[in-house]
Amino acid sequence: MTQEQRDHLQDLSEIRNLMQRSSRFISLSGLSGISVGICALIGAAVAYWFVDGNVNEYYVAGQLFSRGGANYPLLTFIAIDGALILFSAIAFGIFFTTRKARKDGLKVWDLSSQRLLINLAIPLVAGGLLCLIMLYHGTIGYVPPMTLLFYGMALINASKYTLNDIRYLGLLEILLGLLSAVFLGYGFYFWVLGFGILHIVYGTVMYFKYER
Amino acid sequence: MKDLISGLNKAFESRIRLGIMSVLMVNETIDFNTLKDMLNVSDGNLASHISALEKISYIKVTKQFIGKKTNTSYAVSPIGKKAFQEHLDALEKLIKGND
Repeated sequence: MTQEQRDHLQDLSEIRNLMQRSSRFISLSGLSGISVGICALIGAAVAYWFVDGNVNEYYVAGQLFSRGGANYPLLTFIAIDGALILFSAIAFGIFFTTRKARKDGLKVWDLSSQRLLINLAIPLVAGGLLCLIMLYHGTIGYVPPMTLLFYGMALINASKYTLNDIRYLGLLEILLGLLSAVFLGYGFYFWVLGFGILHIVYGTVMYFKYER
Repeated sequence: MKDLISGLNKAFESRIRLGIMSVLMVNETIDFNTLKDMLNVSDGNLASHISALEKISYIKVTKQFIGKKTNTSYAVSPIGKKAFQEHLDALEKLIKGND
């Protein structure tokens, strides 16, 4: 290969690099996925212990709003456990992804990450609101399937703006969501699978694929 | 503008211009500062390359006001897109060629 050809090759690889870097957020770390999954599993384990293993959502809902009025200790526990899972998962997710971006010399907060978050948020917020509406109408059983379905669709939507692998995670979440709609009452276990196990498996695969 | 033998476009001889075109090919529009961060160049340097590409109608420049600030955004034109694709084809051919 002549020097000139090497120059051309260098040009082409730089072009490809810029095209990818400017249209997709590529700093997503596999460790973020693993930590999100672990947070979900710990939160689920604590919840399982708190309700003595009676994790059927109809039973829990019945406990929450029985005729004698709301069960405030249980309600408070669910709110705190949920908030802790959410915040720790987001914090660890941001931490590992920021670390990876720094290592690669890339920015974390730029056009590509903003686009990624907006496109992740649209189906997620719609799904979240729908779940609140279903709680309002008392159709408790369909809340777990909907969370998984909308999360899966959010991931598929976001996959156009980041590593394409997210798409497969999204497809699996949708599959789990549909299955959990068949097996109503087992929402807790589908949550453990979808938000815990799948994140850990996916994060591990991503880590070895891109970061080793 | 095209080199008849290699098919390479002289307008893309500079790395920075190649960079500007690469980013614009995959983004509908992009503003000055994002482009600057992406390419890691100075204001003046980027501005001069942008105006060179604008002069030959490879990129379109849109200025608008957001409040009191001007916001300038850039997009690739159909001619620019075609020219860039031909340039890429020529590069590829040269690399694959006689090695």
